[in-house]
Amino acid sequence: MPNDLKIIVVEPNPDRARDIIDALKDDGWNNVKMIGAASQLDRVIKSENPDIILIDLANPDRDTLEHLSLVSDAKARPVAMFVDHSDEAMTQAAIAAGLSAYVVNGLQKDRIKSVLETAIARFRMLSKMQSELDAAKQALLDRKTTDRAKGILMQARGISEEEAYGLLRKTAMDQGRKVVEVATALVTAADLLQ
Amino acid sequence: MTGVLVQCGYLPLVDSAPLIIAKELGFASDEGLDLSLVRQPSWSALRDMLALGHLDVAHMLSPMPVAMSLGLGGMPAKVDALMVMSLNGTVIGVSRGLCDSMHAAGWVNTFDNPGRTATALFAATSRRLRIGVPFPFSMHRMLLEYWLSRDPAFSADRIEIITVPPPRMAEAVANGALDLFCVGEPWGTVAVQNSGAVLLLPSQAIWQVAPEKVLGARRDWIEDNHDTSAKVTRAVYKAAKWLDQPVNTPLATEILTRSQHLNLPDHAIDPALSGHIAIQDGDAPKRSGPLVTFNDKSANFPWRSQAAWIATRLAQWHDLEPEAARDSARSCFRSDLYRAALSPLGVDLPGASEKIEGAMAHETAVASSRGQMILGPDRFFDGAEFDIDA
Repeated sequence: MPNDLKIIVVEPNPDRARDIIDALKDDGWNNVKMIGAASQLDRVIKSENPDIILIDLANPDRDTLEHLSLVSDAKARPVAMFVDHSDEAMTQAAIAAGLSAYVVNGLQKDRIKSVLETAIARFRMLSKMQSELDAAKQALLDRKTTDRAKGILMQARGISEEEAYGLLRKTAMDQGRKVVEVATALVTAADLLQ
Repeated sequence: MTGVLVQCGYLPLVDSAPLIIAKELGFASDEGLDLSLVRQPSWSALRDMLALGHLDVAHMLSPMPVAMSLGLGGMPAKVDALMVMSLNGTVIGVSRGLCDSMHAAGWVNTFDNPGRTATALFAATSRRLRIGVPFPFSMHRMLLEYWLSRDPAFSADRIEIITVPPPRMAEAVANGALDLFCVGEPWGTVAVQNSGAVLLLPSQAIWQVAPEKVLGARRDWIEDNHDTSAKVTRAVYKAAKWLDQPVNTPLATEILTRSQHLNLPDHAIDPALSGHIAIQDGDAPKRSGPLVTFNDKSANFPWRSQAAWIATRLAQWHDLEPEAARDSARSCFRSDLYRAALSPLGVDLPGASEKIEGAMAHETAVASSRGQMILGPDRFFDGAEFDIDA
């Protein structure tokens, strides 16, 4: 699988960093950049805007990544992690607990690919759930707006709820807009006139 | 004799001292515990290890259990604070360049005037201030934002908060990545010595009783290990009490230097414990009063009102319903367990578990289990009061 995802590896030890980059390139991940000890990690991440970040579990810079992931306008991205000493129990527990972070046993070259792919797949699944949740919230909000617009029409023109909705729908069709757009415009206009 | 094994996580900071003293001076083994101290590379790693059950208890930033209980950051887990481990002990510093501009405008650094210092900071530059803190869920960040946001020149886009691990703070100031920072000792002193940073304020100048670190444990672990959690609380309490007796300070510095737990030289440990700190390179250390309080003035009591104060900040940052956030926070500062663990020692305990934060301008006698205890002063720098029932 050719892969153009941009990966940033945070690793101060140059020898280890080279091993990781070699392993990634062998597996077809060519867009890889590495950062050593970085007091400007946040700037680099913001300017490079990587798709995946790979960091040692024992690296103190992890707290900086944690903060970046909390900033609301930050791009959500998976962070994969590795440890030098294999700890299968920790790995399993981390996966069970739903971390989008993963732990690679001893950085064996042949495992990097599968771990990264699993991390990405899991991250995509979580993002999908998040966007579905966002969509559900939006639908609820739209309904509230439409209800308010209906109420305004019912009061202003002395018509029934059904007629009010019919009027909204007809206007939307005539103007080639969505019902919720017409409703929002009406609600905004009513607020202005108050 | 082997005791009950307790895996305890910590970060190598001076305020992990109560754990190290509890182990090295035998307060833990007196309680029948085998306290195993496991150093952690970062707060996120410590939090995950605690949530996953690889640690039983941990030295944590006071907002961490509250944030975890609210599902903020990392994996969700119910973590409670068994006790407060220390009050304050952090310092706010500024880059040499920015400090020079402040001086040029006539400001004088007295290390104790938050209001005038904030005004001088905002007046010295029109750039957005880049501010380093050790972790997003930290008292460091809460105090900085509380302080700066009260200045008339403040607006949200005047500051940018960045997480920088404490050992990297000096380097980040030196290479211009940061203008301002708040960090626990010894890293403030290191920034003064290595990067020309200048200290502006100790954290207690913002809030006199800011809870800095707590002893955290998973709620399910506490339920399954009720007795052990009380023993850990007693051992750490006794160590904190020992640490706050001035006569023990030289020995404490010696133990902390020699133990393999901190790996810091004594000149890095001494300022926090002795309260003598140099605010810029070349200055003689200045007596600032104790920087960190381990036990005095009922420091270890987990006030539910302080948890609520923390939750109010978190609710603001993350757009949560403040009432629900405060309720969740109050239930994770376990003043109930603290009372149960310490009453066998005859420790004087306050009658209430909540108070109006910031209401005591002076030492004040309040009702307690043994009659009267002295609390306070507990003021915020702006004189505000925080009353959860208001």
